[in-house]
Amino acid sequence: MTAQPAPTPTTDPTIKTALLRVEKLVKYFPAGGGLLARNIVHAVDGVDLAIQPGETLGLVGESGCGKSTLGRVIVRLLPATSGHIYFQDTDLTKVRGEKLRRTRQEIQMIFQDPYASLNPRMTVGDIVSEPLRNFGVARGRKADQRVQEMMRVVGLNPNFVNRYPHEFSGGQRQRIGIARALVLDPKFIVADEPVSALDVSIQAQIVNLMEDLQSKFNLTFLFIAHDLSVVRHISDRVAVMYLGKIVEIGPSDAIRDKPLHPYTKVLQSSVPVPDPDIEATRKPILLKGEIPSPVNPPNACRFHTRCPIAQPICSEVEPPLEKKENGRFAACHFAGQL
Amino acid sequence: MQDLRVQFFVSEGTVTAVDGVSFEVDRGEIVGIVGESGSGKTMTALSLLRLIPEPGRITNGRILYGEKDIAQMTDEEIREFRGNEVAMIFQDPMTSLNPVLRIGFQVEEAMAAHSRFTNQQSRDRVVPMLQRVRIPAAKDRVRDYPHQFSGGMRQRGMIAMGVSNEPSLLIADEPTTALDVTVQASIIELLRDLSRELRASVILITHNMALVASLCNRVIVMYAGRIVEQGPTRAIFKNPQHPYTWSLLRSMPRMDEVGHERLVSIRGLPPDLSKMPPGCKFHPRCRFRIDKCLTEEPPLAEVDPAQDARCWVLMKNIPNPEAEALK
Repeated sequence: MTAQPAPTPTTDPTIKTALLRVEKLVKYFPAGGGLLARNIVHAVDGVDLAIQPGETLGLVGESGCGKSTLGRVIVRLLPATSGHIYFQDTDLTKVRGEKLRRTRQEIQMIFQDPYASLNPRMTVGDIVSEPLRNFGVARGRKADQRVQEMMRVVGLNPNFVNRYPHEFSGGQRQRIGIARALVLDPKFIVADEPVSALDVSIQAQIVNLMEDLQSKFNLTFLFIAHDLSVVRHISDRVAVMYLGKIVEIGPSDAIRDKPLHPYTKVLQSSVPVPDPDIEATRKPILLKGEIPSPVNPPNACRFHTRCPIAQPICSEVEPPLEKKENGRFAACHFAGQL
Repeated sequence: MQDLRVQFFVSEGTVTAVDGVSFEVDRGEIVGIVGESGSGKTMTALSLLRLIPEPGRITNGRILYGEKDIAQMTDEEIREFRGNEVAMIFQDPMTSLNPVLRIGFQVEEAMAAHSRFTNQQSRDRVVPMLQRVRIPAAKDRVRDYPHQFSGGMRQRGMIAMGVSNEPSLLIADEPTTALDVTVQASIIELLRDLSRELRASVILITHNMALVASLCNRVIVMYAGRIVEQGPTRAIFKNPQHPYTWSLLRSMPRMDEVGHERLVSIRGLPPDLSKMPPGCKFHPRCRFRIDKCLTEEPPLAEVDPAQDARCWVLMKNIPNPEAEALK
């Protein structure tokens, strides 16, 4: 989605040029809470990812697949259970103190719900300038100037700086959230379902804004969403997640046109298109059963309990996420066969 | 439905949520009502069941079901009408199912509350109804509580309640919005099959144009409490005449998009219903408006046989709308 020269597509998920690299990342939660909780939610269970500078990586999956948790662990809103998150050369799971503060400035987040993620008692000016104060970057007049500049950049009237969130519409609130995320001039943004709470006519405004900001500030995005059409549109590459694992990753158009993993194929076939002629012939592949609990995920391939082409091996041997074609990786013994 | 108006009487004044809405639904037809929040689509549907919440009222119009005027029915008549003739399926099945009652009991109760079936018949029909909405292992799951069902299964349970009395009209208000896309696909298939099996009409209320293309024969597009365009699905999608319909179709990324096209964004916001602009209600956001749009509201007029649009300009009169819209 950038206007700059396209980033070199990753051919190897651990390639050294990555801005952000996730290695064997695991996040478990105790289920039911409490010290004696014996059940464990395997929310993110061994994820490897590499995101190139200037790239938008889309992360798609259904509710409960762990995509939001992965995003939150990457921005360190949640601690990782194990594994590594390398930002440039820094392992975010290891750094502490001043170094952590500095890397945190570089990584920001945009949230789904523009109603819940802004403090209703703070003015827009205070919300957008708070990171400047927290990180000691600017205060006073300098901070005010920066806030006004950010408001202009995201398409908000700078004269509204003293208004409160409730005085704004959902789309405008999302712009406030974006201004807050950009005020520290970060390199990397995790956007968790940034448009799904907005009305249809407003979604395009925010998608277009994010594209413009990316090329203007040379940003790198992890764009998390459940809607494959939005993710394909905005992303250079797409990663598909199922029950805590990445099952496929590759260039957006390739993922859409020729899914390799059966789950990707099911997702792709389920998305309706606003064209009655196409819809008249589209046959969604309906999955049997329901998504298993992440407390007790199936053995070996986690999709085998619902997969239309599962074989005995799928419940015995876990398929690794491996290269199937140039720049394309899938975790399936029978990739491309559905 | 003829010339429906729904108004809310609040301390700040009167808010008109639905204004002058007329449409017909034929037997067996699947009609989509599309619009954003505040467009009046849900209020239009609720008025069909006379379920407008306080302080709202239907202040004008007639809603005819066959020969009967719904607005004139007694409370007893409307109670029998709801559930027996018309059933409604809501967006969030968790808040519409009673969490402390078993699913099977709730389906049975839906039948027992109306007079079509005897108590024994109602009891016997529960498992077949759950099977009909494709709930696997229905015999076992009939004793489950709603929290033991997944979101998709709860929606199936709701649909089972809705269709248990074999209604001739099913109103589905955003039935898949809270569901994952793979589950959405199966619920849409189910609605399609049920409408065929029961020979029932369906009104699908949604913000999702793609779902309408998938399921509906006819589309009604609402904006600011009005119908701005209506017609056969194919005409609306291939040849939309109202700038709002046209822009809406180009504002969402399409799964079959080739390369990367910039999305058409509709500037501004939908109007505040208590402070409606003069003239065409869409004119503040419209890229194709002319002077007349600012002062005179256009009527919903025929643009093609069976297709109507509420616009002075019409998209067919604009030479290169894409270039204009992306300026």
